[in-house]
Amino acid sequence: MSDSDAQNLREIRAIIARHKLGDLIFLVTGLLVLMIAVLTFIALFSHMLIDGLPRLSWDFFTSFPSRRPESAGILSAWMGTTLVMIVTAAAAVPLGVGAGIYLEEYAPKNILTDLIEINVTNLAGVPSIIYGLLALSLFVHQLGFGQSILSAGLALALLILPIVIVATREAIRAIPVTIREGAYALGATKWQTVSDHLLPYSAAGILTGIIIGLARAIGETAPIITIGALTFIAFLPPSPFKEEFPYISFEWLMAPFTVMPIQMFNWVSRPEEAFQVNAAAAGLVLVIMTLTMNALAIYLRYRMRKNLKW
Amino acid sequence: MTARRSDNTPDSSALGYNYRRHLSERFIEAVLFLTAFVSVAITLAIVVMLVTESLSFFKHVSLWEFLTDTQWTPLFDNAHYGILPLVSGTVVSSAVALLVAIPMGTITAIYLSEFAPFTVREMAKPFLELLGGVPTVVYGYFALLFVTPLLQKIFPELPGFSLLSAGLVMGIMIIPYVSSMAEDAMRAVPMHLREGSYAMGATRFQTAVRVVMPGAFSGIAAAYILGISRAVGETMVVAIAAGMQPNLTWNPMEPAATITAYIVQVSLGDLPHGSIGYQTIFAAGLTLLLITLVFNIIGHLLRKRFREVY
Repeated sequence: MSDSDAQNLREIRAIIARHKLGDLIFLVTGLLVLMIAVLTFIALFSHMLIDGLPRLSWDFFTSFPSRRPESAGILSAWMGTTLVMIVTAAAAVPLGVGAGIYLEEYAPKNILTDLIEINVTNLAGVPSIIYGLLALSLFVHQLGFGQSILSAGLALALLILPIVIVATREAIRAIPVTIREGAYALGATKWQTVSDHLLPYSAAGILTGIIIGLARAIGETAPIITIGALTFIAFLPPSPFKEEFPYISFEWLMAPFTVMPIQMFNWVSRPEEAFQVNAAAAGLVLVIMTLTMNALAIYLRYRMRKNLKW
Repeated sequence: MTARRSDNTPDSSALGYNYRRHLSERFIEAVLFLTAFVSVAITLAIVVMLVTESLSFFKHVSLWEFLTDTQWTPLFDNAHYGILPLVSGTVVSSAVALLVAIPMGTITAIYLSEFAPFTVREMAKPFLELLGGVPTVVYGYFALLFVTPLLQKIFPELPGFSLLSAGLVMGIMIIPYVSSMAEDAMRAVPMHLREGSYAMGATRFQTAVRVVMPGAFSGIAAAYILGISRAVGETMVVAIAAGMQPNLTWNPMEPAATITAYIVQVSLGDLPHGSIGYQTIFAAGLTLLLITLVFNIIGHLLRKRFREVY
């Protein structure tokens, strides 16, 4: 081996070592960045836990908001959130699933279909507060729903519509075409194929999308502030059940309300520390609610992926 | 059906059955089309509503004043209607957020797509998804009561509300959106391109940066654009942690209002429907929508220009 060969070899080895070091440095950086995300989440959660946990008691869930922080609670807030979510789900699920089925199974290839598809993608990028402005102008004033549970529920339904549509489309697209061909071969119509085969097989995927959408809606604050939801509500909306016929009343749809994130926002923006403790407690409940829903969705998807073998 | 076939008018009844079947199929298709068309109707409603309400605003205020006045005080006696202070607040808070989210999101995406072992990936992905599911009002609480005091230990002159702390938290909040979309794009790059690169003696990091990233450029650009839209449209974090005073500044250490925070501030008060103050939030909303629209168009053009088909 000549001197120059040995020289070359050393140089090449040095280059390789340098490049491998580059790999190692990036590996460490990647882990560090991931750690920062994890640490932030831990800091967020533990800060809220330390401040808010002592405040969480049965009374906190069964009391109305109050001027005295130690006796304030979230009764009207969680009731409001529940009722708003019912409206949101009732509006977003049929519209979103219907639109998903149409785009995946029925839509002809034409300009109108392209327009709808581009539109769904763009709607997902519209800031949530714009939906609030739409709801303020359209639902609150022009349709005369007022600052009610109905207006809020519909605003959030519009907001999560793209999520439900996309989830439905993906779930239906994953079903192999042989299933459809089998159904058609037996003389089924398109709708029979959809309702007897495609919908049942994609139900878990669609449900995952609905849960993720609703979890997003529960935490949304901006659109609901925009329609002018009151922050101090010390009463409950009228009960949906009645003594006399027809036993069900929809008066609650038009009632003023507050929801969990608004209640939390109200408490955060007060200077007194005691109210910020309440905010931490309300935030804790809110985070646990959304995280549980998201975790459920992730678990459903994981199970689906494992069990599905066409 | 067999029983009916044995009657003496088999053809006409079969025809009637087919006809009814056909009719109900058409009806269902029409209903499904309507549900899909709702998304287009929402977009139209948003545009029409923002434009009409803004038009009545621009009857009182000239477009020139709106774009060049350096003060935004629509609710004072001496009213000024210059959108610049709100735009500067939005730009600064978004810039801080993106300085955090784009590098960290990209590194996370490269790490998860090219470096991470299977188990780390399987654990990190759902975790990041959960991080993206935390309600924004909770991030606002975290920015105001955890990050701001922390930053004040480093910069003692930092005020209680600042664009810096809101922007930092917003950045961390956006990481999951950027990283998951960028990672999907990188994983879509076919394996044989990587193998070709490895065969030429490139390291993992070189392959990731010089082969995978250019190959996934259009998807990564889309992820960045999504991050920008989220930052510009984010409401609760800035409304809680950046203060709500319009302030024409480019310094992130100062408090300032963003476009979205202004809309929240007005909505918290009780402005009569149709007043000039009420119309300002629609003019602000239109500005916000136009900004996000510009970025979405840029993203669309980038995607078209750099799209790689495998």
